[in-house]
Amino acid sequence: MEDSVPALRIEDLKKLYAKDKKVAGTEALKGVSLTIQKGEFFGLLGPNGAGKTSLIGIASGLVVKTSGTVEVMGSPIDTDPVTAKTHIGLVPQELNFDIFETPLNIIVNQAGYYGIPRATALPRAEQILKDLGLWDKRDVASQKLSGGMKRRLLIARALIHEPRILLLDEPTAGVDVELRRGMWEYLRKINAAGTTIVLTTHYLEEAEQLCKRVAIINKGEIIEQGSVKELIGKLSFATLLLDTVEPVTPAQIALMRDLPVTVIDDNTLELTLKPNEIVNDSIRLMTKIGISIKNIRNSGSRLEEVFVNLIEKGS
Amino acid sequence: MTTAPIFIGYYTMLRKDIRRILRIWSQTLLPPVVTTTLYYLIFGAFIGSQVQPIDGFSYMQFIVPGLVMMTVITSAYMNTVSTFYFAKWVHTLDELLVSPMPSWVVIAGFVSGGVARAVMVAVLVLIVSLFFTHMTIVSIGIVIAAILLTAILFALAGLLNGMFAKSFDAISIIPTFVLTPLTYLGGVFYSIDQLPEFFRIISLANPVLYMVNAFRYGFLGISDVPIGLAFGVMIGFIVVLLAIVLWLFHKGAGLKN
Repeated sequence: MEDSVPALRIEDLKKLYAKDKKVAGTEALKGVSLTIQKGEFFGLLGPNGAGKTSLIGIASGLVVKTSGTVEVMGSPIDTDPVTAKTHIGLVPQELNFDIFETPLNIIVNQAGYYGIPRATALPRAEQILKDLGLWDKRDVASQKLSGGMKRRLLIARALIHEPRILLLDEPTAGVDVELRRGMWEYLRKINAAGTTIVLTTHYLEEAEQLCKRVAIINKGEIIEQGSVKELIGKLSFATLLLDTVEPVTPAQIALMRDLPVTVIDDNTLELTLKPNEIVNDSIRLMTKIGISIKNIRNSGSRLEEVFVNLIEKGS
Repeated sequence: MTTAPIFIGYYTMLRKDIRRILRIWSQTLLPPVVTTTLYYLIFGAFIGSQVQPIDGFSYMQFIVPGLVMMTVITSAYMNTVSTFYFAKWVHTLDELLVSPMPSWVVIAGFVSGGVARAVMVAVLVLIVSLFFTHMTIVSIGIVIAAILLTAILFALAGLLNGMFAKSFDAISIIPTFVLTPLTYLGGVFYSIDQLPEFFRIISLANPVLYMVNAFRYGFLGISDVPIGLAFGVMIGFIVVLLAIVLWLFHKGAGLKN
């Protein structure tokens, strides 16, 4: 029975930010429904202001929803917030720890708020801080940590009570490439150990690397969701760059007018394929009219194309 | 959460705040001690020596309980208003809001921090008073109850102020324009029986009067108001403030988006 319960179930979730003197009311979530199974590494993608942070805020207890249902490991946040909150670890977008406190105190205190005695929290904190490369800095005021260390401290704090779901809101924003890859490695490790991970990100490469399933949210609505593979297969406009052996002539260009081809320069063509279109069909026609292809290159991130496509369609 | 985890959460909040109060003692404990010592010197020793005894007690003995209560009120209020507003401002409040601690435990944690600071300051200020005069204690129970109830009441009031505050200015307006006048006019420096009838009746509407007099009764056995009424007023205010704070926490007003 327990196994059939999803890690996070969101049903028709709405959030309306009330008007005040300066800002008009905004509908941040317009009836979002989402189910995330246990053990998933799930990505929530969307531009700024799409509703990602509101959704994560509601699930973690920081934002009051307007309507809808949210269940964490089967516990509704309305009727059983204590159990729901016990299962969630939140890594927020903004740094929100006490900058005068040391990393060790920050995470041991956080354990205390979850009812974990100091004697249990201290060895656990030592392990997490070591895993995240922060143990040497455990007694330094956290304001003196580097940007990357502060981000890792947020992750350490979210894990101290051993949550079953980790919600990460833009965890690698402003983190350099090497460090980002280190964090990915760590997240993969804890996901493999059984923690369900929900990640919001701007870095599409990050979602493509880490997530098995993603949802794309725009203007408070989920506009697409599925496995990364499915999404790319279903929606991607694959863009390929073709290097020709000989310069392409105006006559050949005229003969290719029915193909989805753009001439980049005399020796380079860009071929944009819709879903289910086959490269061979285009290449066959090019060969027929005397164009020899020397090389085929992929022109960019596949998920990024899907994302841009969907967001542009929605705007 | 069962009892043990709830207690651990509460204890963690209180421990953190007490460590903070002691770490920055020059901002939290020293100023009220210095200010009250000046009051003892100027009003008690210099001017007080020329004032007639009140109900058989020297002016210095009369004002010590009032001055201690003044520091209790200010310390409890300032502790919760500043820690809560700062936590809200730098978003460390989120650490508590995402945790499974029920609202009443979070409220108890903040209020207890205010009470702890108020009690520490009261003890220090009382010790200093012994250098100026001899103090008797009629009822230690009434002294302790009056300190604790007053500290709880003003810690709750400070919490409420912190919840509504949207800027650092807003956390100093109430202390300056409401708390200070109420305290100064709350019978700290005089017995309201010395006032003209009109001002005596007006003074009865000041809640601080009841706290100062209850505390003074514990030391000297004299009061301008009935002791039962004084404790009734304190408990009444605590119940009302607690109900408002609990309701606001429940609604997430002043805490969450």
